[in-house]
Amino acid sequence: MATPAKIAERVQAQFGPAVLETVLEGRLPHLVVEAGRLQEVCAFLRESPELKFDFLSAVAGVDLGEQLQAVYLLYSYAHHHAFTLKVNVPRDNPVVPTVSGIWPAADWHERETFDLMGIRFSGRPDLRRILLPEDWVGHPLRKDYKFPESYDGITLRRDEEDWPDPGAEELYK
Amino acid sequence: MSPLQTDIWTLNMGPQHPSTHGVIRFVLKTDGEIIADADPDVGFLHRGLEKIAELVPYPSFMPYTDRLDYLAAINMNWAWALSVERLAGIEVPARAEHLRVITAELNRIASHLLSVGALASDMGAFTPFVHAIRDRERINDLFEELCGARLTFNYCRIGGVSLDAPPGWFDRVRGFLDYYEPMIDVFNRLITDNKIFVERLRRVAPVSAEMAIAYGLVGPNLRGSGVKFDLRKDEPYGIYPQLEFEVPVGRGYRDGVLGSCFDRYMVRIEELRQCIRIIRQCLDRIPEGEIQAKVPKVLRPAKGEVYCRTEAPRGEVGFYVISNGEKTPARVKIRTGSWSAMSIIRELSKGWMIADLVAIIGSLDVIAPEVDR
Repeated sequence: MATPAKIAERVQAQFGPAVLETVLEGRLPHLVVEAGRLQEVCAFLRESPELKFDFLSAVAGVDLGEQLQAVYLLYSYAHHHAFTLKVNVPRDNPVVPTVSGIWPAADWHERETFDLMGIRFSGRPDLRRILLPEDWVGHPLRKDYKFPESYDGITLRRDEEDWPDPGAEELYK
Repeated sequence: MSPLQTDIWTLNMGPQHPSTHGVIRFVLKTDGEIIADADPDVGFLHRGLEKIAELVPYPSFMPYTDRLDYLAAINMNWAWALSVERLAGIEVPARAEHLRVITAELNRIASHLLSVGALASDMGAFTPFVHAIRDRERINDLFEELCGARLTFNYCRIGGVSLDAPPGWFDRVRGFLDYYEPMIDVFNRLITDNKIFVERLRRVAPVSAEMAIAYGLVGPNLRGSGVKFDLRKDEPYGIYPQLEFEVPVGRGYRDGVLGSCFDRYMVRIEELRQCIRIIRQCLDRIPEGEIQAKVPKVLRPAKGEVYCRTEAPRGEVGFYVISNGEKTPARVKIRTGSWSAMSIIRELSKGWMIADLVAIIGSLDVIAPEVDR
């Protein structure tokens, strides 16, 4: 079992300038790495005998405004330690290299992140929507997502007269 | 004479198929009865829970977690409560911790009962399903008495639980355990030792430990492959460190292959006994006292993030929560066991028969609302 500080140190020693940010305080110690070198960093985390992160818990997409972020939550069954990697990409061209060759579990997580957050994962086949229908417009988990008025001829707007919106703001004041 | 011509057929299975446990569709490519490819088409139950979580305050998301996995609602409630408690640094009173373990383990029994019963029914044996449902009803009665609901309990609160046990409830839980413990043996005699049932499962679709970890299998599915890992033991939360229980793993039961469908089934059967053991310990030692910590009415956890995982009946359920110091979370990502179980099916089912696909889905205990969220 290695402490987060130790894990971060190892990655920094190996990749130096590719590590853009190191956060060790708080409940989720993590590194922010350069998108272009994500695959190398992940392969190192997976293969290095002292780290051996063999389990990808999840990939989460986060909307930071100017940027989108992909978060990789990792765990090692061999050493029982956890760590997190983050990658920031510009909102107008959110492309992250895939890690599905390193952890097969990433396949579906990446498809979901693409579907709901609109981060594109390069270098992998079959990147298509998974939860929403193929012809859905937009990526709902983005903060600027507008709820559609209708889908496939079905109106999605509530009838204000019959069902007035109580307003979440009022309800939970 | 020319050799027999064979074609690959594309076949639709679901979304309303009796064995798909909810609304899941597969696009099968079959060579006769052999599966060449099974592409799961999920999302029929997508309700956008992660988006909803960003729109409602922290405590108000609790009822939505019921719908995350409605067969194990309390485990999901607890996972959400624990995530927010870690984020906001809230201590939970001891009595509430005990009530959470008792209800969560009862819910685990109920969930596993449905899982093993449904697997038997998928294999063509209907009676065990009815037996399992009969015992599950008793658990539902206990829950109804406790919190009024029989499916979506909404029982945990951030910092505690919603209601204390009514008078005599613990005795009735004890009575249920005394009734139910021998019923596991009855169930085993009825179906677990049934030759046809065993033959249908014991060599089908084995998952090696490496494959299980690589594809992110969790919970009983992971343990079925022989990996002894349980978050209640290895990353303990609540009062689990003070409780004694075993972690059953697959070991090629009934001369089968390690990690086969039968191993995953057996792990659940064995876990039923461990649940009973855990509940008995909690009933013996539950203290008097508060059931709810003092939590601000409008909860605004300090800026920060947390990834909190707990052991639900379908394995690791993880909430990745980001707080910006507002009364609603900035982002909630929910990682569930069925999601990874579903994602392995395509790889796992290649080369098996269509009838085996039914066994694979049943033994992985995939449930649609947890996949689709």
